[in-house]
Amino acid sequence: MNQWAFVIGAYALTFSGTVVLCLSCWRSMRSAEAVAQKLSDKS
Amino acid sequence: MHRFANPARFLKIARPLTVWLFWPGMLLLLVGAGCGLFVTPADYLQGDTVRILYIHVPAAWLGMAGWMGIAIAALMQLVWKHPLAAVAGRAIAAPGALFTAICLATGSIWGRPTWGTWWEWDGRMTSMLVLLFLYLGYIALANASARQEQGGVSPVTAIFGLVGAVNIPIINRSVVWWNSLHQGPSITLRGSSIDASLLWPLGFTLTGFSLLFGAIVLMRMRTILARNKVEARMQRLARG
Repeated sequence: MNQWAFVIGAYALTFSGTVVLCLSCWRSMRSAEAVAQKLSDKS
Repeated sequence: MHRFANPARFLKIARPLTVWLFWPGMLLLLVGAGCGLFVTPADYLQGDTVRILYIHVPAAWLGMAGWMGIAIAALMQLVWKHPLAAVAGRAIAAPGALFTAICLATGSIWGRPTWGTWWEWDGRMTSMLVLLFLYLGYIALANASARQEQGGVSPVTAIFGLVGAVNIPIINRSVVWWNSLHQGPSITLRGSSIDASLLWPLGFTLTGFSLLFGAIVLMRMRTILARNKVEARMQRLARG
C-alpha cells in the first residue's frame, strides 16, 4: 500500500476545498460591495 | 461588544482585518503543510500517513470551534439582541460545515491504511458526522429565514445553534466514554503524547487555518452587510 497516495489525496482534498471556499467568498464579497458602492454613488 | 453593533464601525475594522488575517494565515498554512510533508520524519508505526495529522486536526478544531462560534453568536443574538450576531452566526455556518466535512474525509483517508477501514460507526466518527448534519440543518434554516431577518438568522435558528452545542463536549469526550478505533486525546492542557519532532508543524497549520477561517467569516459578513445595504436602498427607491 503506497502511503503517499493517501497523504497526497488528503492534502489535495483539503487545499482544493479551502481554495474554492476562499475564492467564492472573495468573489461574492467583491461583487456585493461593488453593487452597494455603485448604488451609494448614484444617490 | 455593542460598540461594533454599528455596521459602519464594524466594516471600518473588518476591511483591514480581512487582509491581516488572510495573508499571514495563508503563509503559516503553507509553511506548516510544507514542513509537515517534507521536513518532519515519518512515524515509526504509521509511516508517512502521520502527515495527514497537520490538516486533519485543524479541520476538526475548526469544525468544533465554528459551532461554538455559532452558539456564542446565538446567545448574543437572543440575550443582548446584538444586531451583528445573527449575521456572524450565518457567516460561520458554511466554512464550519466545510471544515467538518474535510475532517471526516481526511480521517477516513487516514483510517484506511492505519486501521484497515474507511469508516467505523464509533463514538468519535458518528458524533462528528452528526455535527455535519447539524451544520446542514442550520444552513437550511438560516437560508429559509434570511430575507425576513436581513441576512441574519431567525430566533428559531439561533436556538437550534445553541442546542446543537451539546454535541461539542460529546465529540470531545467520545474517545474516553466509548471504545473506539480512534486514538484517545493526544493533546491536552497537561501536554502532548505526540513526539516533539512530529508535533511542531501542527502549531503552524492550526494557527494558519484559524486565521484563514477568521478571514473567510469576515468576508462572508461583509457580503451579507453589503447585500443588506442594497436591499434597504432598493426598498427605499421602490417606496419613492
